[in-house]
Amino acid sequence: MNVLLDNLSLYGEGLLGTVELTVYASLLALVLGFLMAAFRVAPVASLRVFGTAWVTVLRNTPLTLLFFAVVLGLPRFGLVLPFKLFAILALGCYTSAFICEAVRSGINTVPVGQGEAARSLGMTFPQTLGEIVLPQAFRSVIPPIGSTLIALAKNSAIAGAFSVVELLGVYKPLSERGYNIIWTFFWIAVGYLLVTLTISAIFNVLEKRFGVAS
Amino acid sequence: MITTTALYDVPGPRTRARHRLYAIGATVAILALAGWVLYLLFTTGQFTAAKWSPFLYKGIQELLLNGLGNTLKAFVLAAVLSLALGAVLAVGRLSDHRALRWVCTLVVEFFRAMPLLVMIFFIYVALQVAPLPALVAGLTLYNGSVLAEVFRSGVNAVDRGQREAAYALGMRKTQVMTHVLVPQAVRAMLPAIISQLVVALKDTSLGFLITYEEFLHAGKLIASNLDYDLPFIPVVMVISPVYIGMCMLLSWLANWVARRQQRNPKVEAVAVAAAEPGNLMTGGPQPPVR
Amino acid sequence: MPHRHSTRLRRTLVALALALLTLAVAGCGREGSPPVKGPKGSELPTYPVAKNFSLPESPTWERAKRRGHLVIGVKEDQPYLGEKDPATGIYTGFDIEIAKMMSAALGFPPSTIQFQTISSANRETALQNGQIDMYVGTYTINDKRKKLVGFAGPYYLAGQSLLVRTDENDIKGPQDLAGKRVCSAAGSTPYQRIQAEYPKAVLVAYDTYSVCVDNLLTYQVDAVTTDDAILLGYAAKVPEELKVVGKPFSEEPYGIGVPRADNALRFALDDALAAAEKNGNWRKAYDATLGLSGVPAPEPPPIDRYPAT
Repeated sequence: MNVLLDNLSLYGEGLLGTVELTVYASLLALVLGFLMAAFRVAPVASLRVFGTAWVTVLRNTPLTLLFFAVVLGLPRFGLVLPFKLFAILALGCYTSAFICEAVRSGINTVPVGQGEAARSLGMTFPQTLGEIVLPQAFRSVIPPIGSTLIALAKNSAIAGAFSVVELLGVYKPLSERGYNIIWTFFWIAVGYLLVTLTISAIFNVLEKRFGVAS
Repeated sequence: MITTTALYDVPGPRTRARHRLYAIGATVAILALAGWVLYLLFTTGQFTAAKWSPFLYKGIQELLLNGLGNTLKAFVLAAVLSLALGAVLAVGRLSDHRALRWVCTLVVEFFRAMPLLVMIFFIYVALQVAPLPALVAGLTLYNGSVLAEVFRSGVNAVDRGQREAAYALGMRKTQVMTHVLVPQAVRAMLPAIISQLVVALKDTSLGFLITYEEFLHAGKLIASNLDYDLPFIPVVMVISPVYIGMCMLLSWLANWVARRQQRNPKVEAVAVAAAEPGNLMTGGPQPPVR
Repeated sequence: MPHRHSTRLRRTLVALALALLTLAVAGCGREGSPPVKGPKGSELPTYPVAKNFSLPESPTWERAKRRGHLVIGVKEDQPYLGEKDPATGIYTGFDIEIAKMMSAALGFPPSTIQFQTISSANRETALQNGQIDMYVGTYTINDKRKKLVGFAGPYYLAGQSLLVRTDENDIKGPQDLAGKRVCSAAGSTPYQRIQAEYPKAVLVAYDTYSVCVDNLLTYQVDAVTTDDAILLGYAAKVPEELKVVGKPFSEEPYGIGVPRADNALRFALDDALAAAEKNGNWRKAYDATLGLSGVPAPEPPPIDRYPAT
């Protein structure tokens, strides 16, 4: 218990770092994920190819390698960004591939008749997708997106090992100060549970409100 | 499929012309992006001889191959052990003894909720275990717990009639499990199991962060050498195709198995649950498309 | 149809990866190592192996004896101190020479040493869990660490200094760091000192100094701070781009880390160091490594033979 009380600000900073990473990377992942899903069902072949390549490559790349490439590789192009931004970029792009797949399978759960009806009303592809299909798909993708974002929060620990301030990184100064390492990790674990349970609660509420009543 | 028929009309001549225009526009945009990246690669001197010539040396190639070997070693160990742990935990969760069921549920839920890297660091730093066993233990605990859920849902997905028929034939609990339920469940869950192994393969790269001398570590040793002009980008260009290729090979295997299983009469009694994309986080099979 | 596209793409990529793999496995590689920058080193000294040496009171030594060789933790990315040639896997540098001297003095031929790379943050762990027998890698002796591990030596007195680009004119010492981005290794002594004494500096932390130097070269940070010995090694590698500025603003006595309880080993290493300093081996090792930076060999610091606790 002492480890936590003595270092409340350090833990708070770490927790805040994890939350910050998770929130920003989630936003990036959602935007990119929806965009790529739209690309993958678009009537334009080159966009479909781009979307498919994006998803295939990112889903098969280890996140550690992606971090390595983004954090150490991009600066070689003269792209100088704060370290946290690199981490958000890597996490967001990686997760966008999974969001894309969740959304795409969600689109496929919308009854064909809906799309056909929209079309017969003279709606264009962006209208059909944006106003008819995606809002309905949204309901069935709430749970998979929720678990994808929980995975993102867990994956943010990798950023800590690449020297971004977040929860896992808290162990280093604490072990240097000679605190009991097991309790140090115990409270780190509690911190992660706090974050993941919060996400899970938010998505439960979302699902109750907007979810498929079945 | 909704993607091609329901979202937009079969295009008429004007729409087709417009789509062609979009296609050209999009292609140009994508090519421009690719061109810009190539331009950056050239102007920042990523293709200089100093950065690439190290790869021509036998010692460097051996270093990379050794790293790859260590990655595969960790993967094979973790895969075998997590399958075993997954089986044990699944049996525990399906057990008739309430206490055992609860303990196994607790274990599974805990390790699924913890970030894998936190587990690995805990084992490495707090329990003071050497890098390879720490990595394998972390991978085993996490993937074993996920696989336990896969196994359990697989067994539960076997048609009830199968279980009832087996009991009616006078089989005992263990016999029903080993002779009737598990063989059918495993066949049906094989794609999901392979997908989880892809996750394990990808996560072996976490060993890099605890100084396990795997593939990425070998890459970093080359990339961070000032003598070679810090070839970070060439190293990424060399090692990422290998990682992506290995994962895609496994993913492709999962897809192939899934397609074969759909035609296999032996798994007819199992309602294959759709893989939950968020949970699996894999490069595994595409979620089933209607 | 998107699906067919993905399959085709996938097959192409798999084929590409396989082609690359075969190319690598085919092993059409050149022998030797890629060209190395910086001044060429002179002949490295050799150290006579102690005959009939025995240290039964030391469990670490006994374990090494059974194994037949020492396992020594070092750094792999510090030019002229502890550096691993990626192509040959051979470690070189001043710390490596110290390790070889110690191995010879303990009765194990230096050529049999198994070097293991351990990053700064994991040194104590590696010593405590027996992953390594001793650690020789810019390991500063301090009281906090003495609670976790034992220290033989010191064998070298370094001091914290600053490495900047040659085009940098604003930074002449630690007092000029306000608002500047300063890079150091996470959890290291230099990092903590800047944090405590120059709080206006913007600190950036990485696992290894080579990434810091990389960031310095790409204008991601304005200075790299750590011990002058390490910085001089980098400056000597690319003298046209990097320089070390200012006077050292700390004293960093480098010690050899050993398991905390193993006092017998610690005292044996102290004896070996004293002998090496006396018979000239210490200076020879310095001249063949760090001395290449142009800085002449300093006087070795007095050995701190603190009593067993």
